[in-house]
Amino acid sequence: MAATRKKKAAAPTWPAEVFKTLKDADIAQVSYVPDAGHTALIKSCLADNRIKTTRLTTEEEGIALSLGAWLGGDRSALLMQSSGVGNCINMLSIIEETRSPLLMLVTMRGEWGEFNPWQIPMGQGTRKSLEDAGVIVYHVEDANDVAETIYAASQIAFNSYRAVAVLIGQRVIGFKDWRK
Amino acid sequence: MAGKKKITLNRREVVARIVKDRGDMLMVTGLGSATWDAAAAGDHPNNFYLWGGMGGAAVTGLGLARAQPDRRVIVLTGDGEMLMGIGALATIAVAAPPNLAICVIDNQHYGETGMQEAHTSHGVDLAGMAAAAGFATTATVWTKKDVDTALPLLYETKGPVFVDIKVSTDPVPMILPMRDGTAIRARFREAVLGARAYD
Repeated sequence: MAATRKKKAAAPTWPAEVFKTLKDADIAQVSYVPDAGHTALIKSCLADNRIKTTRLTTEEEGIALSLGAWLGGDRSALLMQSSGVGNCINMLSIIEETRSPLLMLVTMRGEWGEFNPWQIPMGQGTRKSLEDAGVIVYHVEDANDVAETIYAASQIAFNSYRAVAVLIGQRVIGFKDWRK
Repeated sequence: MAGKKKITLNRREVVARIVKDRGDMLMVTGLGSATWDAAAAGDHPNNFYLWGGMGGAAVTGLGLARAQPDRRVIVLTGDGEMLMGIGALATIAVAAPPNLAICVIDNQHYGETGMQEAHTSHGVDLAGMAAAAGFATTATVWTKKDVDTALPLLYETKGPVFVDIKVSTDPVPMILPMRDGTAIRARFREAVLGARAYD
């Protein structure tokens, strides 16, 4: 997407590919704190009556929810914006200590072409914070790589019992149009 | 106001009563005293003991309840632990799991850190907050008789249910359950899922 609003920019295809990937990976529960970058994916999950969706008040709830889901035999995915990663740090300890899977899909702010300076600190610290908390991190910069990376991450999470985050770069999501 | 009534219930007696006829109920315990209470009442493979992640017990129970809709799930936690994740009341009320009950063993203090007064010592009404969030069934329990009345709420009433049980700060022996998180997770999953736990 360009910095100026195109008249009829085609809707990106990666959110639909990600939804199909979540289905292929047998994800039974999806929890989220909304982000503009996740809009289409959240809509698809809400419309699928075989995916149990949970709207969260804060991202750390999603870490605990993922553990509970796994305890009961459900695979889950947690959707958030990068600013929410900071809310998760202590709760991530329950995933590491129990060697349970966690799949986080994080849409980035505070990096490529960010307009809001208040997003920079957490956006720039997202990867380091996650890695310090024991999470395996993938960063995707190309829309064509998003779904495949999420599938690979799901395999590590659920077959190797690890916490994995896929950071969906701001370059993939596009510039926020502040005139809207 | 909550703090003005006399509190006589002993936390260990209350928790022993709750788990006495537990059937196939699954229990998630919040870090600190609630986990010790569950251990004191008798270790059980259907107990998942949290030793960390303060604020996460209720939503751990939510994830479990949604994954196991045919099993009753009870979250046993403390008032401080509940307060740290108080947004969970909104999350759980909206998710509306019919098989989930939250039971707070409320001594109105932070018992693990030196018995500092919690917000519950100063009028914060957890059951009232749960009701305001949208829990259809809530109760605050002060007496032994009330505990008996609350048992069917915890086990049978359509969830989400929230029960706040006021207990004294009288000292109780420290009784610790297993603490290796990986072992607790593996044992619990095997109890719930059988061989599927190791797929």
